[in-house]
Amino acid sequence: MITIKNYALPNTLEEAYEILNEKRNNVILGGCAFLRMGSKKIETAICLSKLSLKYIDENEKEIEIGAMTTFREIETSSVLKKYFNGILPKSVENIVGIQFRNVVTVGATVYSRYGFSDFLTALLSLDADVLLYHQGRISLEEYLEKGSKKDLLVKVIIPKTSRKAAFQMMRNSSSDYAILNVAVSNKEGDLRIVVGARPNRGKIAKEASLYLSKSNQSIEEIEKAAWMASEELSFGSNMRGSKEYRQAICKVLVKRAIMEVL
Amino acid sequence: MKINVKINHKEMELEVGCDEFLVDVLRKYGFLSVKKGCDTGSCGLCTVWIDEIPVLSCATLAPTVNGKNITTIEGVQEEARDFAEFLVKEGAEQCGFCSPGFIMTVLAMKKELKNPTEEEIVHYLTGNLCRCTGYVGQLRAVKKYMGVS
Amino acid sequence: MKVVNKPISKIDGMDIATGKPVYTDDLNINNNALVLKILRSPHAFAKIKSIDSSIAQKVPGVECILTYKDVPKARFTLAGQSYPEPSPYDRLILDEYVRYVGDEVAIVAAKDERTAIKAMNLIKVDYEVLHPILDFEKAEGHQSMVHPEDDLHVNFDIGINKEKNIASSCKIEHGNMEKALEESDIVLEKTYYTQAQAHAMMETYRSLTYMDHTGRLTIVSSTQIPFHVRRIVARALEIPKSKIRVIKPRIGGGFGGKQTAAVEIFTGLVTLKTGKPSKIIYDRKETFGCTTSRHAMKIKVKLGADKEGNIKAVDILSLSDTGAYGEHAPTVFAVVGYKTLPLYNQAKAVRYMGNAVYTNKMPAGALRGYGATQGTFALESAMNELAVKLNIDPTELRQKNIIKQGEANPVLGSTKEGQPVVLASSTLDKCIERGKELIRWDEKYPRKVMSDNKVRGIGMAITMQGSGIAGIDTASAVVKLNDDGFYTLFVGATDMGTGSDTILAQMAAEILETSMGKIIVHSADTDISPYDTGSYASSTTYVTGNAVIKACEDIKNKIIENGAKLLGVDEKEVIFDGECLKTIDEKAALSLDEMAQRFISGEGKNQLMGTGTFGGDTSPPPFIAGFAEVEVDKETGKIELIDYVAAVDCGTVINPNLARIQVEGGLVQGIGMAMYEDVVYSQEGKQITNTFMQYKIPCRKDVGKINVDFVSSYEPTGPFGAKSVGEVVINTPSPAIAHAVYNAVGVNVRALPITPEKVLKGIMSK
Repeated sequence: MITIKNYALPNTLEEAYEILNEKRNNVILGGCAFLRMGSKKIETAICLSKLSLKYIDENEKEIEIGAMTTFREIETSSVLKKYFNGILPKSVENIVGIQFRNVVTVGATVYSRYGFSDFLTALLSLDADVLLYHQGRISLEEYLEKGSKKDLLVKVIIPKTSRKAAFQMMRNSSSDYAILNVAVSNKEGDLRIVVGARPNRGKIAKEASLYLSKSNQSIEEIEKAAWMASEELSFGSNMRGSKEYRQAICKVLVKRAIMEVL
Repeated sequence: MKINVKINHKEMELEVGCDEFLVDVLRKYGFLSVKKGCDTGSCGLCTVWIDEIPVLSCATLAPTVNGKNITTIEGVQEEARDFAEFLVKEGAEQCGFCSPGFIMTVLAMKKELKNPTEEEIVHYLTGNLCRCTGYVGQLRAVKKYMGVS
Repeated sequence: MKVVNKPISKIDGMDIATGKPVYTDDLNINNNALVLKILRSPHAFAKIKSIDSSIAQKVPGVECILTYKDVPKARFTLAGQSYPEPSPYDRLILDEYVRYVGDEVAIVAAKDERTAIKAMNLIKVDYEVLHPILDFEKAEGHQSMVHPEDDLHVNFDIGINKEKNIASSCKIEHGNMEKALEESDIVLEKTYYTQAQAHAMMETYRSLTYMDHTGRLTIVSSTQIPFHVRRIVARALEIPKSKIRVIKPRIGGGFGGKQTAAVEIFTGLVTLKTGKPSKIIYDRKETFGCTTSRHAMKIKVKLGADKEGNIKAVDILSLSDTGAYGEHAPTVFAVVGYKTLPLYNQAKAVRYMGNAVYTNKMPAGALRGYGATQGTFALESAMNELAVKLNIDPTELRQKNIIKQGEANPVLGSTKEGQPVVLASSTLDKCIERGKELIRWDEKYPRKVMSDNKVRGIGMAITMQGSGIAGIDTASAVVKLNDDGFYTLFVGATDMGTGSDTILAQMAAEILETSMGKIIVHSADTDISPYDTGSYASSTTYVTGNAVIKACEDIKNKIIENGAKLLGVDEKEVIFDGECLKTIDEKAALSLDEMAQRFISGEGKNQLMGTGTFGGDTSPPPFIAGFAEVEVDKETGKIELIDYVAAVDCGTVINPNLARIQVEGGLVQGIGMAMYEDVVYSQEGKQITNTFMQYKIPCRKDVGKINVDFVSSYEPTGPFGAKSVGEVVINTPSPAIAHAVYNAVGVNVRALPITPEKVLKGIMSK
């Protein structure tokens, strides 16, 4: 059972950041989808709803997704459907159900770096950055690797490139978490392979990506790249699947995703 | 703390704990149609609308709904009955425990989707679990209600 | 028939669908009940050395905290079965020993949930941790004994040997097995595993209890078994049954889970001790982890047949995991044999035997199918493997060997004269043919290659169940004529969403020649309802239905008899058509309304009531032939269920819509067991699938197309020719899907669930 002593509704990012750092047990509220399951003792819960962080905007160069944007908004966004073969809407559409996706937020998902996340795997294939209030703008890849000190995630920024992208996943029951997810993107021959739910969080298979980008992308080379991805990344076991199974299907899903973006 | 909300078009002032979830508050204030099935945001039984959008009331902290419009099935009885007629004619309400949350999702879908395909209907309703019916009877009812074949 | 066999809407349908407050927790009207929380064991097996609740007691708002020192010492079973129960009396309300992670240690009652949880966390328990038994294959003769107590009691010889952790053993044997196997050209022997499955009803376990105005304990509970609950609570709390009333409101699903009295004792005890209303609502984790599941089993099947596919021998050896307590252990175990062996009546010898063992996991209990599900997976999978060996179409193998209407079979039970029971109704052969047509078997069997990596395969299985328990289940019905010509039908059966209140009213309306609107159904309240063993064992349509017919015929005769008196003529001279009583010459007539008014007036002084009691001498089996079509991804093992066909013989269909939903819902529950669901424990014995996040019941994208057809037989002992339908529906998906997967990619998955990982492993090891 969680307990929350105080509830704060700050008017500015600065105020939110200050409250967040006042006490160790102060936290930012995301969509709260997983809050109930924990047994946290929260001193002050900070709600960002007054900070206008619910948006999907595009300018000439970039797409910006505010931290309070929900997964359902990602799923139905006409902007996001236009770019990268709609990989972001596709990546979230199997997550539980619409009433769940109506509460889950981009900010909480990215900030928490969930291993099972389909969205993060897709996002990582797109050169995305995150904007943290204190730390500033850093690449998503770096953020996922290192995390950050207690900070406030403001938005996710995706450069509008010509990347073609594909998403593949393996689920047993359709609304279950993925046993493995894969995103592959292609920016004019620069290919990037990302594998998540290993069950650890999404990671770029760098050697495989480099090999594939430099190759002629023949079927043998594609298969080799897929095999390399399954070798260079680590996999683990949990109740959804064994390490061996994840590694076995990694090859298959990566290959299928590559075929989609060539 | 006190929050001011509109529940089913009626202004109400509610006393809630900072760590209370909307589903518990609604039941405490007598909106007993709202059911709890899981504690993990997985079943859809507690679905209500906040500002017309179907959400999980078990994953919504009560203080965050201050100033919002909440709709439970008690507030849309006429529309609910319209659909329930189809559901009951199929026998697809069965134990009925998941029906209020399911119907709230169906009514939201009707507003959101125009002429949906069967696939779109199933996709929209996937977050509502049901252990009794096996879903196919519900789908027959929804298709008849939505006027799609 | 005017009302029976019609797709009538459920009488409570509109109200439950639109959210009316009619379930247990909605009826906590004063909102002042004490809230109960249960402190549970963190260990799979331990003895409590000391327990100290003194600090917890001091939390403001705590009403009482009960430990094993505070509870009665009479052992009992929570299994909802007719007295004397076959399940062992191996429980105390709270025991010095805790036998699984989640077993009850202390009961905390407080003014609200938060207070109760706060106090619960302050109870100090010192455990002597014991060596748990987690692998049921190692339970027999294990160094630990799950039930070391010397006051464990059994009502019958169920083959218990608790020193060896055997809760029950059983043997059914007909014919000479050794000889039959010797005479077989082909002998196939395979071992199958079925997993524990959770009921996963949407409404978790809950009860609400208060003292009434005469000092009696009133329990409002979401239960399938109000009369058994009354008896179980009376025994456990050591108070007379006459001091207890059990009321069953609307129930949010049961599936056999609520055939075990999971929670009523706790609220009963607290209310008895404090005099105050109390309620308990299990959260989903407790519902998954601290109640019951389906018995996991290991089942070895040996089949003998000649080259032509005539089955000579069916020999099944089984091991069942009953967990920490023996609820339903002997009966579920026996049903594995009783509801499978009669299917292949041409066999010369059949045998079923083995043990149910105690382990340190959550107890198993009743779950839709009740052993038949486990047995069907094993036997039907073996039959499909045998068909491959014989190179014969599996549907043909069935047609050659199945029991036919009019044949006698010793395992179906025996009649009073000691003769094997004759199967009075069956269209199983036609069900197989109908199912083949619907799935387009001849066109699709065994496989169709769709693309480089996708292959479709089809598979099949048959099954039977029973209709109530012969010689044990009984039900009574009372029908009362009210003063305006409408009836109240009192039954003790428990509609748990199935629509039994509606179909029983249909039967009443048919007999009474009236409309549904004139029948009020009351169920169930032990103070008011006539006795009924409860809604389980596929009994309600058949057993309670027959009682309703008797009660309605009884009152109909009374209406005629007393109506004739009002007209001043002999009862042979009148005709009653449901609305009107007329003399044959049509010179005098009375409407039912008028008669009803006059019967209860000063003139008639006669409240008409009809009563009927029924208990079956046999348990007529319904049958299903199930067919699955799957598409398998050869590279990932992913299985997509494309189509499922079930051809059903449940005798006369009392309500086509409700029966169809029963079938569809049961198939999907079976599909869940086949493909997605598994109760999994950690190495320490902690259940890790105790949420809907981790325990995956099918969602609506998982179920493919489902096509149900009824091929009705007429059961002469059934109400209007009906048999049961509630349980038989869950049995075929596991073996039929396993068979379809085999036909697609040549992999036999013999341990459920059939996951992509197991399929891929099979493909890769070929």
